[in-house]
This record gives sequence, structure tokens and C-alpha cells, in this order.
Amino acid sequence: MAESELDGVSGKTTTGHEWDGIKELNTPLPRWWLITFYASILWAIGYWVVYPAWPLLWSYTRGALNYSTRAAVGVELAILEKIRGDKMIALGAASLADIEKDPALLTLARARGKAAFGDNCAPCHGSGGAGAKGYPNLNDDDWLWGGSLDQIVQTIQFGARSGHTKTHEGAMLAFGKDGILKRDEIGTVANYVRSLSGLSTRQGYDVAAGAKIFAENCTSCHGEAGKGNQELGAPNLTDKIWLYGSDEATLSETITNGRAGVMPAWVGRLDPSTIKALAVYVHTLGGGK
Amino acid sequence: MQQTQSTKWMTHGEAGLMLFFAMAAFVCAFAAAKALDAPFAFHASLAAVASGVASFAIMNRYLDRPASLPPEEISGKPNYNLGPIKCASFMAMFWGIAGFAVGLLIASQLAWPLLNLDLPWTSFGRLRPLHTSAVIFAFGGNVLIATSFYVVQRTCRTRLVGDLAPWFVVLGYNFFMVIAGTGYLLGVTQSKEYAEPEWYADLWLTIVWVVYLVVFVMTLVKRKEPHIFVANWFYLAFIVTIAVLHLGNNPALPVSLLGSKSYIAWAGVQDAMFQWWYGHNAVGFFLTAGFLAIMYYFIPKRAERPVYSYRLSIIHFWSLIFLYIWAGPHHLHYTALPDWTQTLGMTFSVMLWMPSWGGMINGLMTLSGAWDKLRTDPVLRMLVVSVAFYGMSTFEGPMMSIKVVNSLSHYTDWTIGHVHSGALGWVGFVSFGALYCLVPWLWGRKELYSLKLVNWHFWISTIGIVLYISAMWVSGILQGLMWRAYTSLGFLEYSFIETVEAMHPFYVIRAAGGALFLIGALIMAYNLWMTVRASEADVGTELALQAAE
Repeated sequence: MAESELDGVSGKTTTGHEWDGIKELNTPLPRWWLITFYASILWAIGYWVVYPAWPLLWSYTRGALNYSTRAAVGVELAILEKIRGDKMIALGAASLADIEKDPALLTLARARGKAAFGDNCAPCHGSGGAGAKGYPNLNDDDWLWGGSLDQIVQTIQFGARSGHTKTHEGAMLAFGKDGILKRDEIGTVANYVRSLSGLSTRQGYDVAAGAKIFAENCTSCHGEAGKGNQELGAPNLTDKIWLYGSDEATLSETITNGRAGVMPAWVGRLDPSTIKALAVYVHTLGGGK
Repeated sequence: MQQTQSTKWMTHGEAGLMLFFAMAAFVCAFAAAKALDAPFAFHASLAAVASGVASFAIMNRYLDRPASLPPEEISGKPNYNLGPIKCASFMAMFWGIAGFAVGLLIASQLAWPLLNLDLPWTSFGRLRPLHTSAVIFAFGGNVLIATSFYVVQRTCRTRLVGDLAPWFVVLGYNFFMVIAGTGYLLGVTQSKEYAEPEWYADLWLTIVWVVYLVVFVMTLVKRKEPHIFVANWFYLAFIVTIAVLHLGNNPALPVSLLGSKSYIAWAGVQDAMFQWWYGHNAVGFFLTAGFLAIMYYFIPKRAERPVYSYRLSIIHFWSLIFLYIWAGPHHLHYTALPDWTQTLGMTFSVMLWMPSWGGMINGLMTLSGAWDKLRTDPVLRMLVVSVAFYGMSTFEGPMMSIKVVNSLSHYTDWTIGHVHSGALGWVGFVSFGALYCLVPWLWGRKELYSLKLVNWHFWISTIGIVLYISAMWVSGILQGLMWRAYTSLGFLEYSFIETVEAMHPFYVIRAAGGALFLIGALIMAYNLWMTVRASEADVGTELALQAAE
């Protein structure tokens, strides 16, 4: 076996081992390395003295600080409660109308509502409440089920077609699928519906036929002028605001297959004051009535 | 060249394995026919075909070979077994490209969710484990098998133990990867991170791994050197500990022996603890110990310098393997895991800092006296930069394990950035460096096809890594700060969806970084392919047959 030899470059000796041409230097441990290693061990021992650290048979060493994450989170929640303060209690007690009159309560409700909106409503309605296809825009003043504070609370609590006994019922019928209207009739009435809000219509479509089909099939929910009915959740067809889209193909799809979007019921999932705050937040987004 | 003896017999190993695979083919075909679910039927069919092919291949190999097995030595020089190593090197490159490509795809899916294509097979949830398994276990695993089989032979001056066994390890391991990967795409998973394959894949891996351990240990036992080289300590620690981790984390009860679904024996917080004891030590022993072994052989070899400090290698080896095994609970800070366990996980992680840096020091300082080579040798540069990344992520890791830091960093992209500085920078680069060394040695070429291309690979990938990890640092810290921001009224400032929106630009940058890393790897694959295909005239004497000097 090779003897220990002096390495010219480093001035250190080798260990005398050699494998496949690889030798090793006999360099001592770097001092700073050793000191830092010892320091980290000492720090760990210190930490064990202060914090819960080692398991015993039926228990564990609790540490000098008697720290526990469970107690710590309790403290943090208490601090939060303190920041939110008595105003939250006032918010819980105040009526919806009172909240909108009292600037301090209104600010608080909007802050609470915004936080709750982001975590619960934004996935469908968008983080700014702008909605998406099939999910109503909450910034405009067009309301399917009513835009007063009480109506909004009602909708949040019980949802739409959510299965809750008090939920908003009523859905757009599937006129095509259920054989009520024929394919060409659907095209005709789709054009008529477009004309209600002043949109262009296909050339040569039969206006009179469209009006007739509309009167016979649609007016019971959407009203004779197509202004909608919030009791039934029937949208206003004259305001150029469209939940699913205004082009002829989408309208035909709506009329053929019907629509029955679902909003979940939040009662039981959110506490009453949160629902109240949410209603105020949504109400003040822009279009509250 | 005909041998003189006339009788030619199958070895016990050949006959036994051939019978085993022939029987396995029938058993698997039966299981495929009776399977309770489609993925299981598919996997059983794959196994039946593979077993049949294996059985025929063994017979074919027997018929083609001379009467006696390859000799231990040829004219006094060890007759190294390189075939399985070549195969594993090739597979490493294949899986590397596949894994990086899937990584780029899922990074892009995070930036542009439309790329999920609304299909179950291409959704992020199924592709993510495909990415992690392909890069860690398929790419990294093949690099580890290839280099360990090479290094153990060269540094023990003896031929690898077994005739079929090394092939069984390489091919068996890659078959495991095929089962695992196709399983993910078909929705087969036991939902344990980095241990997703179901019970039957786990069982197969256990068999393969035990054979790997036996081959490695028995080769060490019959070594011609008085001492065991440091790289082999690390390889052995890696193989033994991965076996223990695999068995500890995966005990499961299959719903049926003919179906893919199983339930893990552990439950609740114990399951979480087992999972992260496994998970963190997969990092510690697969991605660290194994690749440190690569560093300890390939850096001194390439730099032609002695290892910096023998003593440091001993101390940091033992302290590293003793401390690593405790560090898992830092993945479960502020959870249902008892406080004392969290404390131990955190303090042991901090104590692990210097043992990790011991490896970095030994890698970097081995260059002393050869720093000038960094200017001319891009392969060595790649190896050295990998060690620098190792040093960086083994400082970042202990820091992130400290509970106060963890309360900000946990569940954010910072973790992803940390993992990738280790994975792309350390594991990736040290593997690339090792393969760049290994391929010319294995195929008996004087040099690589092009060092210039290595240089391109180095810079493109380095820029990719920097883009990746800096994007994740910014996005992770931003994310953590947004999650904890409160308004003056005591309500959360941002909704979760707003934090997701804020991540978008960083996800785009991350995907760009990943694309660069993939491009670098494609350049490498081309370079290696051209090296192997170099004309016969360039080929010198079979380097493979040269003994250690």
C-alpha cells in the first residue's frame, strides 16, 4: 500500500490510502467549521431546556417556558378579537339598515364582508364580484332575486336551487329538449329576444312569429315587455346584461336546454353576522337597491 | 476463441431466474385476466410481457455466451462489468429529459391552467407525481445505480458481484419506474408524497432493492483494497437507509390481491410522521448521501487532486447520517404533531447544517491547486457549481426548519424554490457532471464529443436555475406575507384567490427557467449520443479494461 506522502500544492501529507488514483489529504477539521458545529449543538440543547423537547414514558419534557402551540394560537386569536373589538358585537346586534347609516359599522361590515367574500364567494363571482358566464356580476344594478339588503341576505342564506327548503326555486325551462318549441321557432324567438335590448337581428327573421312565440311561452316569467320578474328569478331581457351570453347560438342553447345555475345555501356554514356583513359588502359593491 | 471445455451448463442464477420469470409471466397473465380494475389489468399485462421477455432474454443470453462466465480478471487486471452501467446511464438520460419535460408542462399548467386540457390523464394532480418520480427516482436513481456500480468496482479493484444480478437491478428498477409512472397517469396512487406507487409496485421495488444491496455489499466484501473509499460509505448509507425508509413508510393492506387499491397501515398523525420521516430522509439519503458519493469520486477524479480532508469526511459522514434521520418533523410544524416532536425535528435540522457543509467543504477544497481547471473544463465547473448549490440549499434548509421562518415559508412556493435549488442545482448538476465523465469512460472514448456544448449546457441551465429559484423566492415570500396580512380592523387583507392571481408572473418566469433547464439537458443528450457514436477510429484501447493505476 502507498505510503503517506507530502502533497506539494497544499503542503499537507496524504493518508497513504489510494483508490483508483484518488488519494486523501490529512487536513485537520477546519476550526470555524468545528466551532459552528459545536455552537449549533449547544443552541439545540438550550432550546430543549426552554421548549418541549424529549418524550418520556407517559409525558414529555415541557421546557422552562411551558410553551405549547395550542396555547400560542389561543393568545393570537385573543389579540385578533381585541383588534376587532366591541364593534363586532355591535355589528352582530345592529339591523341591516342601521349598519349602512353608521359609518364606523359600515366600514367594519365591509371589511368583514370583503374577507368573507374572498374566501367563500370569489371562486364563482370573481374576487372583485365581476362574475363570469353563468355567475352573476354583483357590481351592476341588475338583480336576479332582488338587490335590497333583505333580499340579498335571503339569497346568501338559502342560495338558489340549492336544495335548501327555503331556497329560491324556479328555473328556465328546456323548451327545445322538452319538445315545447321546434328548432326554427327557437331561432326565431332568440332573434326576437335580441331585439328586446336593441341588438341586431338576423336578416329576414319573422318578427311577428317571434313576438307570438315570446308571448305564448316567455311572458309568464319574463313579463310581457321582457323586463323579468325577481320573484321567479327571471332575468330582465331588455337591459343588455346577459348571464350566459347574448349571441344567437348561446340564446338558442339557453332556450333549448334551459338554465338552472346553482348558488349554495350559506346558512349554517357562515355565522349570521358574517352573512350580514357579506350582504352589506355586496350591497355596497355598486348596485345595491 | 472457442473454449476448450465442451460442457456448458446454466448457472443456478440463470436457471432459477428463467424459471422464476416464466412462472411470473403466467401468474401475471392470470392476474391480468382476473383483475378487478383496469389499471391493475394493464400493469399485470405489462408484468406478464416483461417477465416473458426476461425469461427468453436469459435463455438467449445463455445460448450466446461462452461456456464459462466472464472472468474476474484478464491478465491480472480486473475485468469490470460495464454493461448494466451503460444501460443505467442511458436510462438516466431518457428519464431526465422526460421528467424535465413533464416539469415544464406542469409549471406551465400552474401559469396557464387551460393546459390541464380538462382530461384526467393530463391534469396537474396526476402529472405532478410523474414529474417528481421521474426526476428523483428515475433520473436520480439511474444515475445512482450507474455511478455506484462503476465507483464500487473501480475503488475496490474488483468485478461487480453476480452475472445476472446487476442486470436484474437496473432493468428491474426501470420496470418499477414504468409501473409507477403509468400508474400515476391512470390515477393509481396511495397518495403519499414521493411514495405514490401502490402496494404491488412497492413489493417489486423491495425485491429489486434487496438485490441491489446484496450486489453492492458483496462487491465491497471481495474488494482488493484494504480500506473502503468514502464514496462507498455514502452509497451504502443510501442503499441501506432507503430500504428501511421504504419498508417503514409503505406497509399497506391491499383491498384485493387482484386490484390496485390498498390502505396504509398507519393513520392520522402517526401516518403524517412516518410520511415525513420517509420524505425528508428520501432527501437526506437518496438526494444527499447518494450524490455526495458521486461528488467524492468524480470531483477528485476530474480535478486530479486528492480529497481535501479524510478526517472531515469521517466526521461529516457520521454526523450527517446520525442527524438527518431526526429531521423529518420540520415538515409538520404547527400541525397536530406534538410540540416536542416539532422541537426535535427543528433542532436536529439546525445541527445538520455543519455536517452538510462538511461535504461542501470537502468538495470545493478538493479543487485547491486545481482552480485554474475551472476555466478550461466545463464538466468540472458543473461539478463544482453543484457543490455550491448544495451548500446554499443546506443552509437554506436548516433556516427554513426554524419555526418562526417556517411559519412564513411553509405551504408557499419558497419550499418549491428551496427544493429546486437542491434538485436542479445540486442533484442535477452533479449528475450531469458525473454522466459527462462516465460516458466517455464507459464507451472507451478519449473525450466528449464537444466540450463547447457542455459549456452551453452549463450556462443555459445555470440561467434557468437562477430564474427558477429567484422567481420562487419572491413569489413564496410574497405569498406568505399576503396570507398573513391583516387589516387594521383585524380581518385578512387578501383572499386566497387574490394571492393566486399575484403568483401568475412568477409562475411564468419559473416556467421559462424550467424550459432553459430542459434545453440544456437536450444539448447534453445530443452531446452524449454523439460521444457514444464517435467513429471507431477515435476509439482508443478499451479504457474499460484498464486496471486502476
